[in-house]
Amino acid sequence: MKTVQRTWLPGLVLGGLLALAPEGLVTPHPLQAQVTYDRILNASDEPQNWLTYNGTYSSQRHSGLDQITAANVGDLESKWVLQNQVFGAWQSNPIVVDGIMYVTERPNTIMAVDPVTGRVFWKYRHTPDENARVCCGANNRGVAILDDKVFMGTLDARLIAIDATNGQPIWNVEVGDVNSAYSVTMAPLVVKDKVIVGVGGGEYGIRGFVAAYDADTGEEAWRFYTIPGPGEPGHETWEGDDWEHGGASVWVTGSYDADLNLTYWGVGNPGPDWNPGQRPGDNLFSDSVIALDPDTGELVWYFQFTPNDGYDYDSVQVPVLVDIAWNGAPRRLMLWANRNGYFYVLDRVTGEFLTGSPFVRVNWSSGLTEAGRPIPTPQPAGSPTWPGNQGGTNWYPPSFSPSTGLFYVSAWENYATIYRPEESVFTPGRAFLGGGFDVLTPTPGAPGVGIGRTNPINNWTDAVGHGTVMAMDPRTGGARWTYEQFDVSDGGMLTTASDLLFTGGREGHFHALDARTGELLWKASLGGQIVMAPITYMVDGRQYVSVISGHTLVTFGLRD
Amino acid sequence: MRFFTRTILVCYAGPIMLLGGPEQGLAQDAFADHRYTSEAIEAGSRVYVANCALCHGANGDGVDGVDLRRGLFRAARSDEDLRGVITTGVANGRMPAFDLRSAELDGVIAYIRAGFDPSGFAVKVGEAARGQVLFEGRGGCASCHRINGRGPRTAPDLSEIGLIRTPAVLQRTLLDPSAALLPINRPIRAVTRGGETIRGRRLNEDTYTVQLIDSREQLRSLVKADLVEYEVSLTPVMPPTTLSSEEVADLLGYLLSLRGLP
Repeated sequence: MKTVQRTWLPGLVLGGLLALAPEGLVTPHPLQAQVTYDRILNASDEPQNWLTYNGTYSSQRHSGLDQITAANVGDLESKWVLQNQVFGAWQSNPIVVDGIMYVTERPNTIMAVDPVTGRVFWKYRHTPDENARVCCGANNRGVAILDDKVFMGTLDARLIAIDATNGQPIWNVEVGDVNSAYSVTMAPLVVKDKVIVGVGGGEYGIRGFVAAYDADTGEEAWRFYTIPGPGEPGHETWEGDDWEHGGASVWVTGSYDADLNLTYWGVGNPGPDWNPGQRPGDNLFSDSVIALDPDTGELVWYFQFTPNDGYDYDSVQVPVLVDIAWNGAPRRLMLWANRNGYFYVLDRVTGEFLTGSPFVRVNWSSGLTEAGRPIPTPQPAGSPTWPGNQGGTNWYPPSFSPSTGLFYVSAWENYATIYRPEESVFTPGRAFLGGGFDVLTPTPGAPGVGIGRTNPINNWTDAVGHGTVMAMDPRTGGARWTYEQFDVSDGGMLTTASDLLFTGGREGHFHALDARTGELLWKASLGGQIVMAPITYMVDGRQYVSVISGHTLVTFGLRD
Repeated sequence: MRFFTRTILVCYAGPIMLLGGPEQGLAQDAFADHRYTSEAIEAGSRVYVANCALCHGANGDGVDGVDLRRGLFRAARSDEDLRGVITTGVANGRMPAFDLRSAELDGVIAYIRAGFDPSGFAVKVGEAARGQVLFEGRGGCASCHRINGRGPRTAPDLSEIGLIRTPAVLQRTLLDPSAALLPINRPIRAVTRGGETIRGRRLNEDTYTVQLIDSREQLRSLVKADLVEYEVSLTPVMPPTTLSSEEVADLLGYLLSLRGLP
């Protein structure tokens, strides 16, 4: 786990280069990733690495590293910056494996980067088919690794395996039909010998699915449709042919419980998005969490958060798996702050609903039944709905700290939209939205807030909503503390064993908060929107924290 | 961790009333004098189809350089200008004179001002020259607003306002400024630790700082943590106008003529 550039053997003379070299020179050690399934399964045992999208299979985004603490976080300094060469929101989540960082940039490029210097070893670029269609930006959220291969989904709905050492493609298979607007934007999830991905396209009338591929060959092992076909359980929640183009995309990486042998996936909105009257029924399994057997793709249980959704409340949040005492007894739980504004605690063995309560203002529903089903209170035409279209939260990964027992999430508060449902005609590959919406503003025609930030002047202001880091106590469903920001935030969360919480937002501020109290311990103004979650890793005994702001990947470490 | 701004959010509980704006509720009466009636717009649509659509097209963009629905005319600005064009003709007879009754004339102008939307509303637009006199004089506008390099900078510069605002929004701003105030323009009052009170118009804000132009036309950037008081007001400095409906129409005519540097 040594890298070439920072350990040089003392006394080795290299002519004129000597004057430029840092102290000491050593024989270079080879850098080669070899990540077995067992290593991923036990990723928390090697906190120096960040092996999966969310760090570990439980998706807690909690690192065992504790070199950076509340006492020394003020000594963080920028160690290196990698500039993206492509414009647009940079949502990628790097992984770090044995001294190599793998990060993607738009549209579908992977870079292998030295995580100590930020210099790039190699770059692999896949050019998506010109017919690729995505609703909300040419996003890619990262890669997965198994053995010596790195895996990336693409905007034209392909899955590609790359040689982790030299960046050459090994196989490249179709996941979905690009001409029908299928896409893959998530980082894949590797379980055992399979690579699992879901598809995007919920705004284009796809029929969503999760599919698994043999990691060696790319051959499809199974496929689970998130909209049941005729004869399958749940099909009765659709009428006519609505199921054929009902959306239910899966565009954020799932989680895995090896003891239960279950993978968990959040499912997106039904289509057309904003006209629920056009697709009567609960529209399973849209806006649900589904528990799938990773060997067969068989559905073991599901829980639907928002039946017959008319608000685009994708349930694509990361399923966060925690084992804590519940009513005095240890229990396998799943924590979920949903786009629909409710914070849920589920039993992840059975899918049983345990509790749920609003974490932001909610008026589309007056509460949840004992089974967790929302009691709908649709607002009159022209009246605002809370939370608004982007939700109380969205896809940005939360964190759970076993040390504090708290769940941390980016919330949008005081944000509402007015929906305008309309009948939409389905045409394959074309937008299938069912009307539109306006953000509630205090003045007619004032700027609203939407996906991403492209203006250094915040002329929408907190009058249309603002971001809050919420530290939720799963036992009470309430926030232990909050940290408010002026603009809304798409920042994900990272917690560490030293009780630090790292996160950022659209204003470009990168924060280190005390995970116990919410106190601001340190911040850096990076100047560009932070629309991903930070990661941390360690190389040669030094802990680093990486975050993407605007078009720059910035890595911090303690001052030498 | 809470910020000063949160105290403002308490007031945000009521944006629904503001959202509807003057088109709904009690404010309706205050606007009635400044608008054409829906009956006039409806009647105007029939006049338009019978007399104008042959050349100008159903969408109003059939003649080069003119887009009636979007208020883009060759030379006309005010309703009186439009009246003149219709009754006397222009362009050496390429647009002939139309002999319409007064109500028909009002109707077709209302239809054009409503953007060809029979369910919309049409504000009256008067003479720019008279409006300019009001702007610089009795209207009191020039004491805060700047146009083409003349006037104070404390209120938003209006040099291009005719390009970026519709007649309806401008009219609302004049009649009910608090319902039209854009959130970014809200007045700021801050007191520094040193005891200085700073008043100004907000230009930008984030979690930790605010940028503004103060009452002395200085750009200021303030760190909120260094302030002992920080208030964002929902009430604009500008009061509702006391001008008559004819004068407001003239002022609108002037504002709509402001289209930036030539």
